[in-house]
Amino acid sequence: MAPLLELKDVHTYYGAVHALRGVSLTVDEGEIVTLIGSNGAGKTTTLRTISGLERARSGSIKLKGKSIQAAEPHEIVRLGIGHSPEGRRVFARMSVRENLEMGAFLRKSGPDVQKDFKKVFELFPRLKERENQAAGTMSGGEQQMLAIGRALMAQPKVLLLDEPSMGLAPILVEQIFDIIREINSRGTAVLLVEQNAMMALGLAKRGYILQIGEVTLEDSCSKLAKNPKVREAYLGV
Amino acid sequence: MVTSSATTGTAQRLAAGLRLPIGIVAFLALSLAVLGIDQFVNALTLGAIYALVALGYTMVYGIIELINFAHGDVFMVGSFIALFISSSLLGNDGSITDLPLLAGSVLILFALTIGIMALVGALIERLAYRPLRRAPKLAPLITAIGVSFILQNIIQFFFGPTIVSVPQLVPIEWSIQVAGARVPLLNLFVIATSVLLMFALQLFISRTRTGRAMRTTSMDRDASSLMGVDINRTIMITFLIGSGLAGAAGVVHGLYYGNTTFSLGFQSGLKAFTAAVLGGIGNTAGAALGGFLIAFVEVGASAFGYGRWGGAIVFSLLVIFLVFRPTGLLGSHTGDRA
Repeated sequence: MAPLLELKDVHTYYGAVHALRGVSLTVDEGEIVTLIGSNGAGKTTTLRTISGLERARSGSIKLKGKSIQAAEPHEIVRLGIGHSPEGRRVFARMSVRENLEMGAFLRKSGPDVQKDFKKVFELFPRLKERENQAAGTMSGGEQQMLAIGRALMAQPKVLLLDEPSMGLAPILVEQIFDIIREINSRGTAVLLVEQNAMMALGLAKRGYILQIGEVTLEDSCSKLAKNPKVREAYLGV
Repeated sequence: MVTSSATTGTAQRLAAGLRLPIGIVAFLALSLAVLGIDQFVNALTLGAIYALVALGYTMVYGIIELINFAHGDVFMVGSFIALFISSSLLGNDGSITDLPLLAGSVLILFALTIGIMALVGALIERLAYRPLRRAPKLAPLITAIGVSFILQNIIQFFFGPTIVSVPQLVPIEWSIQVAGARVPLLNLFVIATSVLLMFALQLFISRTRTGRAMRTTSMDRDASSLMGVDINRTIMITFLIGSGLAGAAGVVHGLYYGNTTFSLGFQSGLKAFTAAVLGGIGNTAGAALGGFLIAFVEVGASAFGYGRWGGAIVFSLLVIFLVFRPTGLLGSHTGDRA
């Protein structure tokens, strides 16, 4: 069976800068996969290329065996890829509720969408409390919850999470990671990009190490966490 | 934001929310007292036209951060399309006193001109701006200036370089008495039409799905496309609406002044652009406010015998705002992008 999401030898450029130099990875149904690397390794570019925000110059990107690399970002969302972007990018002047409504932009409003509102508010009770508050006035952690909740409103099959722990207090990071586990247990596959390698390896099943636009190592997370090179470079041990 | 300051925050927000309407009412009362009814109505009428044009500048800036220098010329082309429809298609050469006929003619004039100009605007976007979507910002800006020249030359080719007269369908003699002054119905019609269109636009932007897509796209294009918003379609609709409103302004201009010329877009367009900046570029309510403000400044200048300085005063205002309050009266657009 074809993997849910599959990248093969993907090359992406920013102008003349060769940002991704042949990235290949797979995410299977129901899996949490993490992509680890230092600043500028190409983690965010990988996610942006999957979502169609950047164009891959060569290679293939497939969702359930069907090529999506020629699709526009809004079509890719419709096909089932949700993306909580780097820096959260919530709509600052809109309320929490309006942000979540935007997450369901492609869906007909109705009981199904209402049910998902309930689910997101169950996952993030804090968002329920702040339902009518302008998103831009919330704390970083709350905005992160909103960004994830908003991506969930589209009922994605794969959820791309870009640095959900960035700028958050350790206790909040724990909380966010518990929620990612919960989301995954309800059947959504997750591709998690993290600088916090320790946390990411603890959560995910498999991991890829990205260096200067190339996947240099892939393995199960338990093995990656024991690998001396990984420990030295990313775990600070 | 700390929770303990929530109550004072609400009070402050309320006060800030009231500051604007109170300011507007005070400004209008003062203007009425200083200018008298005649000039006051003139200023409102002129402001209504500026505001309609300013909306197109501000909507396009809001969504793609392009100062669409061709927009004033879209307004100008609209005035010529209206002239063509009115005189060549409908065969008018002066006012119409038969009310149903007048209403029908004006309705057709608005519908056709708005429709045609909306398509022209969308076409300009498709041909001139979309190919440059990922280019440095200077490229579409220069292209906009090029489009401006192209539109002027096309109109010059077909209608000549002189001022041409436009049939004034609404009889100028029709008027009502307000507090001893004669107020032409034409002015009231212009003001009412513009306010109606602006109101419709606000409703569209705040209530419809497409309106929400426009707002989120102007806040954050990438995030908006990750919600499933078709960015190209949204930008095109923005041009459709902005240019349609400029078309409406073109109709109104012809009916009100009874003439138009190929260089109309340059002068009036720059003033409408100034209006958009004064109101806070990217903010539709601000553009309307700025349009009226500039009209009052201009009319005020003429009322005191400085009519020839009107342009200078308006553009000085532009410079002052750009230096001291670049976000304009209502704008927070630049601040949001931090």
